[in-house]
Amino acid sequence: MAGDLGLFATQIRYLTLRELANIGYGHFGGSLSIVEALAALYGGELTFDPKNPDWPGRDYFVLSKGHAGPALYAALAASGFFGVERLWTLNANGTRLPSHPDRQKVEGVEMTTGSMGQGISVAAGIAYGLRAQGRPNRVYTLVGDGELNEGQCWEAAQFIAARKLTNLVVLVDHNKRQLDGWASEIGGESDFVAKFAAFGFAARSVDGQDAAAIGQALADARLETGKPVCIVLDTTKGAGVSYVSDALDNHHMRLNDAGRSAVDAAIEQLGAALAREGISYE
Amino acid sequence: MSDVVGLEMRQAYAKVVGDLYAEHPGEVYALEADLSSSMSTSGLAEVMGASYVNVGIMEAHMVSLAAGLNLTGGFAFAHSFGQFLARRAMDQIFVSLAYAGLSGCLVGSDAGVTAEHNGGTHMTFEDMGIVRVIPKVTVYEVSDPVQFEFALRDAYARKGLTYIRTIRKAPKLEVYPPGVDFGSAGARVLRDGSDVTLVASGIEVVEALEAANLLAESGIQAEVIDSYRIKPLDADVILGSVRKTGAVVTCENHNVINGLGSAVAEVLAEQAPTPQYRIGVREQFGQVGTTDYLMQHYGLTAPVIAEKAKELLARS
Repeated sequence: MAGDLGLFATQIRYLTLRELANIGYGHFGGSLSIVEALAALYGGELTFDPKNPDWPGRDYFVLSKGHAGPALYAALAASGFFGVERLWTLNANGTRLPSHPDRQKVEGVEMTTGSMGQGISVAAGIAYGLRAQGRPNRVYTLVGDGELNEGQCWEAAQFIAARKLTNLVVLVDHNKRQLDGWASEIGGESDFVAKFAAFGFAARSVDGQDAAAIGQALADARLETGKPVCIVLDTTKGAGVSYVSDALDNHHMRLNDAGRSAVDAAIEQLGAALAREGISYE
Repeated sequence: MSDVVGLEMRQAYAKVVGDLYAEHPGEVYALEADLSSSMSTSGLAEVMGASYVNVGIMEAHMVSLAAGLNLTGGFAFAHSFGQFLARRAMDQIFVSLAYAGLSGCLVGSDAGVTAEHNGGTHMTFEDMGIVRVIPKVTVYEVSDPVQFEFALRDAYARKGLTYIRTIRKAPKLEVYPPGVDFGSAGARVLRDGSDVTLVASGIEVVEALEAANLLAESGIQAEVIDSYRIKPLDADVILGSVRKTGAVVTCENHNVINGLGSAVAEVLAEQAPTPQYRIGVREQFGQVGTTDYLMQHYGLTAPVIAEKAKELLARS
């Protein structure tokens, strides 16, 4: 997988779309924008054992923007934490795959998230605890640009920088949109690189729809010893499916006929691309 | 066990957490949100090293941080004034700790009127009520240092999520001798009586004991129960007493809504409907004042408890 992060991203996008299309609704926009970041993390950066999710030597990933749970589940399934067929149980009554990540229900989910702003603090706690124990594991958390409205995110940013938690990388999904519209209109224009740098992070921006570039930024982050690293992912909400990315209300969508045919077409196209590489989930 | 007799509650807290750290180094953490001087925990920095974390004025972050520490095998005691935990960080307590199935012990100090000159912004009459609705949480309100040590050690040993409500300074009276074994009980009969049951917690335990003395002068024998575990309530102890006396007055330095009085009423309404009066704060905010003044203002004193018990007996 590490050899072709782009292909792994295609797998995750394909599975995410099938997972959401199967129920016909969900957080399409913010799931699709983080697909490449998940590919870079689960396809190379993170050390883990999918058959032993609690292995003490693993790296930790906390999806702070928990509404993108379906994309995380797709990445976990594609990484072997559980079978792909589990994805078709998303949000079913009595399911063990609820829309927002639940550490008590889903193998490989490190932390229960969904209430904005808390995951980054939890990731800080994990990083602090690991360092206190002298353990080398690394910690990654992904926050949304809309999520950064939450004051707790900036409490966490202060703490992470003050304690120089260099074993933690904060990724920002800067997809420009939040539930009610453009993030710049709701929270004002934000230069997240400058903001995190001002808090004491080594911050940089990267093309968030380029898995290889994200992988390189994550590799570079390992070389940073003086400051915690923040990688701002320049992304598009709904990336990979123009019907979704073009829609104004793409945070949570319930597919109408046009939406279903657009998503089905994208699934077919992605499936064909995977088939050419000999990958099939049928 | 630690020797906490004679200590202020905050001193007992610092001592017990320091001892627990010494007993379980690498596992026990102490978290503060810029109130370590108020809570006498600043000395723990030297004892506990990296396991003592003063995060700054960020209670929401502190609670979620405790969850993260637990994910690496740590167990955190996190202190702030009760309102900054229960009121301000309710969602973090709910989601990061409780709903996520993680463990930690939250210690909310300056219970009710004991916030004194900090006044209404700092005076929490609702913290137990806010926390009590969370599934599977354990809630204590402690009345003296020995009981505080028990609750802290129980929180550590049992894991899960615990909220302990306490005052910061010395109690008016030390109720328990050192080494008392609370076992698995959540309430204890401190005085036997046959006419009315007084169920109290925290600073109201002493008031209930005094009220029982006042009632005895009128020939009324009050049974006094320290119901230090608000959730899960020790229904057996309370039902056993109330079935004997047939009347109950609950006494709390808290809003009468959703605290001890409500918890007792819920049990009795379903299992043994009993005439009850709830001593506590009714539809009022806090204000500045000394503890003595505020206890009189809100009707939390022994004479009021005795008077309400008599009224209850007269109409039941």
